[in-house]
Amino acid sequence: MRIGVFICHCGVNIGGVVNVPEVTEYAKTLPYVVHAEHNLYTCSEAGLAAINEAIKKHDLNRIVVAACTPRTHEPLFRLACKGAGLNPYIFEMANIREHCSWVHSYDPKGATEKAKDIIRMAVFRAALLEPQVEPEVEVKGSSLVIGAGVAGMTAALTLANQGFKVYLIEKEAELGGMTRKLFKIYPTLADSTEVVNTLIEVVRLHPNIEILTSTTLKEVSGYVGNFNVILTVPEGERKISVGTIIVASGSSIYIPPKGLYQYGIYNRVITQVELDKMLRDDTIGRPERVIMIQCVGARKGEIRHYDLAALPKSPTAELLRRILKARKEEGWPYCSRICCMNSIKNAILIKERSPKTDVVILFGDLRVYKEYEDFYRKARDLEVRFIRYIEEVPAEIMKVNEEKLNVMVYDALAGCEVTLTADWVVLSTPLIPTKDMVMLARMLKIPIGTDGFLMEAHLKMRPVDASVDGIFLAGTVTGPKDVPESIISGKAAAARAATLMMRKKVSAEAITAVVDRDLCIGCGLCEEICPYGAHRIEEGKSQVIEILCRGCGSCAAECPRRAISMRHYGDHQVMAQLKALLRPALTGAS
Amino acid sequence: MQQSALVIGGGISGIQASLDLANMGFRVYLVERSPSIGGRMAQLDKTFPTMDCSICILAPKMIECSRHPNVTLLTYSEVKEVKGSVGNFAVKILKKPRYVDEKKCTGCGICAQNCPIEVPNEFDVGLSMRKAIYMPFPQAVPRVMTIDKENCVECGLCERVCMAKAVDREQQPQEVELNIGAIIVATGFDMFDPSEIPAYGYKQYKNVITALELERLLSASGPTGGRLMRLSDGMIPKRIAFVQCVGSRDRREWIRNAYCSSICCKYATKEAVIVKEHVPGAQVTIFYIDLRIFGRGFQEFVNRAKAEYGISFVRSCPGEIIEDPITKDLIVWFEDMTTRTPRSLTFDLVVLCPAIKPREGAGELAKVLGIDVDDYGFFKPLDAVSRPVDTPVSGIFICGVCSGTRTGDVPDSITQASATAARVAEVLAG
Repeated sequence: MRIGVFICHCGVNIGGVVNVPEVTEYAKTLPYVVHAEHNLYTCSEAGLAAINEAIKKHDLNRIVVAACTPRTHEPLFRLACKGAGLNPYIFEMANIREHCSWVHSYDPKGATEKAKDIIRMAVFRAALLEPQVEPEVEVKGSSLVIGAGVAGMTAALTLANQGFKVYLIEKEAELGGMTRKLFKIYPTLADSTEVVNTLIEVVRLHPNIEILTSTTLKEVSGYVGNFNVILTVPEGERKISVGTIIVASGSSIYIPPKGLYQYGIYNRVITQVELDKMLRDDTIGRPERVIMIQCVGARKGEIRHYDLAALPKSPTAELLRRILKARKEEGWPYCSRICCMNSIKNAILIKERSPKTDVVILFGDLRVYKEYEDFYRKARDLEVRFIRYIEEVPAEIMKVNEEKLNVMVYDALAGCEVTLTADWVVLSTPLIPTKDMVMLARMLKIPIGTDGFLMEAHLKMRPVDASVDGIFLAGTVTGPKDVPESIISGKAAAARAATLMMRKKVSAEAITAVVDRDLCIGCGLCEEICPYGAHRIEEGKSQVIEILCRGCGSCAAECPRRAISMRHYGDHQVMAQLKALLRPALTGAS
Repeated sequence: MQQSALVIGGGISGIQASLDLANMGFRVYLVERSPSIGGRMAQLDKTFPTMDCSICILAPKMIECSRHPNVTLLTYSEVKEVKGSVGNFAVKILKKPRYVDEKKCTGCGICAQNCPIEVPNEFDVGLSMRKAIYMPFPQAVPRVMTIDKENCVECGLCERVCMAKAVDREQQPQEVELNIGAIIVATGFDMFDPSEIPAYGYKQYKNVITALELERLLSASGPTGGRLMRLSDGMIPKRIAFVQCVGSRDRREWIRNAYCSSICCKYATKEAVIVKEHVPGAQVTIFYIDLRIFGRGFQEFVNRAKAEYGISFVRSCPGEIIEDPITKDLIVWFEDMTTRTPRSLTFDLVVLCPAIKPREGAGELAKVLGIDVDDYGFFKPLDAVSRPVDTPVSGIFICGVCSGTRTGDVPDSITQASATAARVAEVLAG
């Protein structure tokens, strides 16, 4: 056993607190450690080169890097080990930044001692690590796209153009999704029907795309490269198997509850989508004044949307039930991103038809980003008026007669309350998760964020990847987006899916459950609790389907016969770590 | 059809586009004008709203780029000429001389230790010094030194101490010719120089700094090791103001940046929270016109900044900043919107959030490529709605902040980058 330890300064992140040279000297005294060094940044090209060199020079066969978190950096160091001819699973990471220098920045001495403890634990575990083989699977060159709005259709088309077979499913009878409900699209004022129809036409004619309308997802099993999907089609059921899945099932529009700004009580209070329809049908006429109210049901309150009774029994649903019960105010907490531009667009459309109509937009903040600012200015040049209201004093709506409403609002700039008489009051409401989002998330095993939308694998760095390998997210399933943004994310999701399908093969983590067949009594407890369906009882013994196993360890903890152990996280490896921490004297460490 | 792509710009957008294409099996040439890839994201301390250490989530992707068998890095290089059309562009790239042999240099840095010339370090926005032979930052990719000839005095010390014999002071510019199937433009952004607005006193008053300077001052790898201090006296500031829309949404004759920069409200809120973590008890005020904090998780983040961190948001665009000549404190004059009267507040440090601008030279690049720029110099998409990453030239695509109508945060840039990779794959497939 020849262990090498590499200790990272991480600039001053670690080095500014922990005495790294002292810790390095200490590491050299640990059993089996034949080499220890410290680097300014072990993750830099120089650091990785140093690992490579030391492996060769000192004939190392176990590597410990004491640095930051394995979540971001383990793949990199494993790759470095592999590059030097070692099995990547003989690598162990000790986190002396998040777990040590950052949280103990005011106690350098204590932090130095703790860093020694953490490294000692890692060394003892490293000594027991074994090489592992990552299972490799084939990736089918076909994809399932869920939802045929602009994002889904764009994704489908992009993959089809690259030669992949695409199944495009849509729960409605028609393609087009949310965009079909709009009239014009900002900032070019393109006709939405035209944009959608052009896309539909190309999608329909493409030989690589099979369109399945009035179709929903019934069951998804399998794993990256080999998903087995059961669809509910009008004729009954249909089974398909695909390599990747793109979720583009979109979102819904928040419908205000009856009474909110008198919606549902006075028929002259409408939502922006209803206005879109009136503009398209040209039924709005020449009103004297139209007032739009921004952030109705957005940027306030908490989520109160899911039909609690309809939720299936599952831990996620239980959690949601608890969260939802605690929430009071009506509305959604986030900013819906697109409403400001959308309202300005409709204001411009009204002004262009009926210049004499006074259009007033009541807003909190106008979030017209980047060059949409020009669009905002265009509206101002057309004399659309903007009144800033404050959240604490929402506008009040009173009926004058069947055709007129009075809107009383506190004008934050003028510092007084004003009353305006309007023909129409238009409420700008946010995009919200669809009601079946929870079901979908559960079926695909994708977590849901506190805003109710699907979670990305990483909010910053992997915006269109789901945390489940082989599944990608496009359009508004991850939160409000406008048409161009949905198109972009559709393309992006297709690119990410293509990187998998082009490679034809992927390898999975080797950390999986192993069953000792001599000890297994076939009780089936593991099969019952496994969230990934990776255990199956066959001939009275549990079998692990390795590619499904995510290495969570639930089965190993539950097994009454202790017949299940985890690769790379065996009891002996974990116990060695604990022993190194609690009884350093017994382990021979000084 | 050449099954290869040229990516111009090595920031996060260019890196993502390169990796996606390389993983699809295309040959990728990633051209970066400066000595290292990494771009703006490498300079940031943390990223909003997840508060990840920026370089920590970026560096693995930078290294993946440099190690990927399908990616060729051409750093310290510029695109000079593009001819031909989709599937077969003939591209000429000028590889500027580093005066260091990339193949021999190990990046040990002994040359820089011995170099006697010190100049302001661009990576730290001039807040620290670097040598005339230098590496922009420790995680730089590729890990090789570069001689800055403008400041080099030709003393030859670097050459003498270099054990790898990598210094080559006679190195000549090199022209690289490539045949390329498609091109992705991801040149990113520069910052507006706030000294163009004299009323804010930037460069006049030491304690008026830009958000990017603050980012370096907060960063643990920055010039102060993450200790926030005033540049006038090294004191820890207790009263800090952020001023939004410095050069953005500004139509004044000599500025003419009517657009919103789309990222400042978000990063200012993030920086305000980090300041609070660095200096507990500090009073932090953000002056803004509209709080434009769209995007996932951000309204919630601002709610937390207000409720948990006690950051105050003042809706007002300050008119003037005046320095107290003795204390070097800053008096910020603004209109109090609640009483509609002019008012002033005193701060220890004022942080200006400057507009983002197209990169210097973006106009020339547009000419070389034959693509359009808009009124502000950002690259213009073919159709802002249905072809948002395409340009009028078939086979040339745009992503990231350099494209006009799109926002500039990291997830949006990455999404656009992947989208351009998809477009390249599509056009090259046939």
